[in-house]
Amino acid sequence: MTALLEARQVTKIFGRGLLKKQRTIALEDFSFSIGSGQSAITSVVGESGSGKTTMARLLLGLESPTQGDVLYNGRDLRRLSGTEWRDFRRDVQAIFQDPFEVYNPFYKVDHVLTVPIAKFHLANSPGESRALMEKALQTVGLRPEETLGRYPHQLSGGQRQRVMVARALLLRPKLIIADEPVSMVDASLRATILADLRQLNEEFGISFIYITHDVTTAYQISGNVIVLYSGSIMEVGDVELVIKQPQHPYTKLLISSIPLPDPQRRWGEELPAPAFQERTGDNEGCKFASRCAYVASECRQKAPTLFQINQHRAAACYLYQDHSALRLEEMDKIFVQRRASSTGSATVGGSLLETQ
Amino acid sequence: MKPLLEVRDLRVYYHTPRGPVKAVEGLNFALQAKERFSLVGESGSGKSTVALSLLRLIKPPGRIESGEVWLDDVNVLTLAAEQMRQLRLAGIALISQGAMNSLNPVTRIKPQIVDGIQSHGVQMSRREWDGRVGELLQQVGLQREVADMFPHQLSGGMKQRVCIAIAISLRPKVIIADEPTSALDVVVQRQVMETLRRVQEDLGASVILIGHDMGLMAQFADRVGVMYAGRLVEEGYVRDVFSQPKHPYSRLLMTSLPSLEKKGVFRGIPGFPPSLLNPEPGCAFRPRCPDITSRCVAGDPALRFVEPNHRVACHLFEERGEARP
Repeated sequence: MTALLEARQVTKIFGRGLLKKQRTIALEDFSFSIGSGQSAITSVVGESGSGKTTMARLLLGLESPTQGDVLYNGRDLRRLSGTEWRDFRRDVQAIFQDPFEVYNPFYKVDHVLTVPIAKFHLANSPGESRALMEKALQTVGLRPEETLGRYPHQLSGGQRQRVMVARALLLRPKLIIADEPVSMVDASLRATILADLRQLNEEFGISFIYITHDVTTAYQISGNVIVLYSGSIMEVGDVELVIKQPQHPYTKLLISSIPLPDPQRRWGEELPAPAFQERTGDNEGCKFASRCAYVASECRQKAPTLFQINQHRAAACYLYQDHSALRLEEMDKIFVQRRASSTGSATVGGSLLETQ
Repeated sequence: MKPLLEVRDLRVYYHTPRGPVKAVEGLNFALQAKERFSLVGESGSGKSTVALSLLRLIKPPGRIESGEVWLDDVNVLTLAAEQMRQLRLAGIALISQGAMNSLNPVTRIKPQIVDGIQSHGVQMSRREWDGRVGELLQQVGLQREVADMFPHQLSGGMKQRVCIAIAISLRPKVIIADEPTSALDVVVQRQVMETLRRVQEDLGASVILIGHDMGLMAQFADRVGVMYAGRLVEEGYVRDVFSQPKHPYSRLLMTSLPSLEKKGVFRGIPGFPPSLLNPEPGCAFRPRCPDITSRCVAGDPALRFVEPNHRVACHLFEERGEARP
């Protein structure tokens, strides 16, 4: 079975400077695939500068890889024919971080919904187009009469982000790549948008790649998780394993640094401040070596590959080199095939779907 | 015990062509010496306006309408401009939101630290300055060499540490930190917050931490005040407010937080924050509140003690306590 969207050993290097070439490795040897079978939510977690957004842009075809290939239904994104490219843009949708920047302030919010309808000939009459827009807005829990006809500045950040979700939904995509969709939204609205995403996954079978720096929401929403650090995968697998019992030293540090809303469980010892110029980018060894508590001499010489610790988890760390290395073809199998949540369901706007 | 800083009935309005936006409406709180107090609220709840008004840095169309801010038997709001300038940094220091972007990109770190101290009339020889700057940098966990670097050579976390170093350079009594780590990732955030805590303890200063991350507040603060629509709706010790939130808004806010413990239902707070322009009479949280009563429409609830050290502004708790300023 060919995967819907697949990245094969993708590396992206940004060059800078005319005289003195500076290279920034944004993403290195990244492999990942989204099957066309059961829908799933996969999270990509990493701090700023870890290559999350570059990964999203590569998968969306907005950026082409320096090495490796991004394949859509087994075809290289750079070699798609016109019709295939159209299909790709319909099947794979994006939701971006900033709900303020994606709108043109001179157009009403209707504009972001009417353009895809016109481009993809989704409706034959203005009435049909209006009905489609209303249905999409209702699905994400917005009241069409309060949303359509308004200008972007008249809506709150949360509302604007939900209009973007509605836009992605119009085209009935197979995959939505959501790059930090809730990081600029207040806590009280954040839960609502995440509930929307989960509902779309469950009701319409849309797969999601949820890109975030927030481990807690990643844990809540997804079935599988990829932990990125400085452009490389550190740990990958079932969210229950990776987040609940992290094995890679970086994942451990990341999870222990989350500020829990529980005054009984505070952070422990003060962490030492990192030395400056911690990331040189071009060095050979493990990228986390300079901050790692378990660093050994081999870490500085050669970067570890992903070792498969058990059926549903792999970590790129020499601590686990007794385990066999994860083969590229097996990458899919490490992901658990289950719905993100069998118990949880959307509470806000949950009943709106039934009206369709 | 007499509080170090006391804010009484503070009102700050932004005067727009469509009428005054009541960003802060009758705020009362006290800060004890060496205490870490945090103000939480969603965007638009007025928390940053509070930070700026304590330093009298509100710019037009904003204006402090009324209120008192007492620091050491001095009402900060009545000071002359020059006295106020002297008080800033020396008495109350601010680490503002995105402070790291406030560093001058074309100047090395050392003169930027020296600048604030000099403007308060401190004179030193060059060698003494080097020692002083090095000391400050070490206090915030940076190497002395950072003094001769430019901001672009430092990471976000390091720049934020430089801003902490500037804030503590005159040993202020109160440090206001307005979302000091909002642009940093969790590991660096933890390091910066721990540094801030250590520096505050060394100095014996008090901190007002402003933000929206409930997790961060639970980790850092002793007491927490929850703001909604320019008012304090709940205030108490962190352990009390987090384990037994009283106000419906704080309660919903707590349950809307995703946890790592258990996967479950996402509970958002339905509805949207109110407009602060011409607010309707009655409780501001009324349109979103699950426990609404007839009294909520009529009157704006006052902040009352429902338990010792735990104040709530909600009609549900009115019988149990008396209104005290």
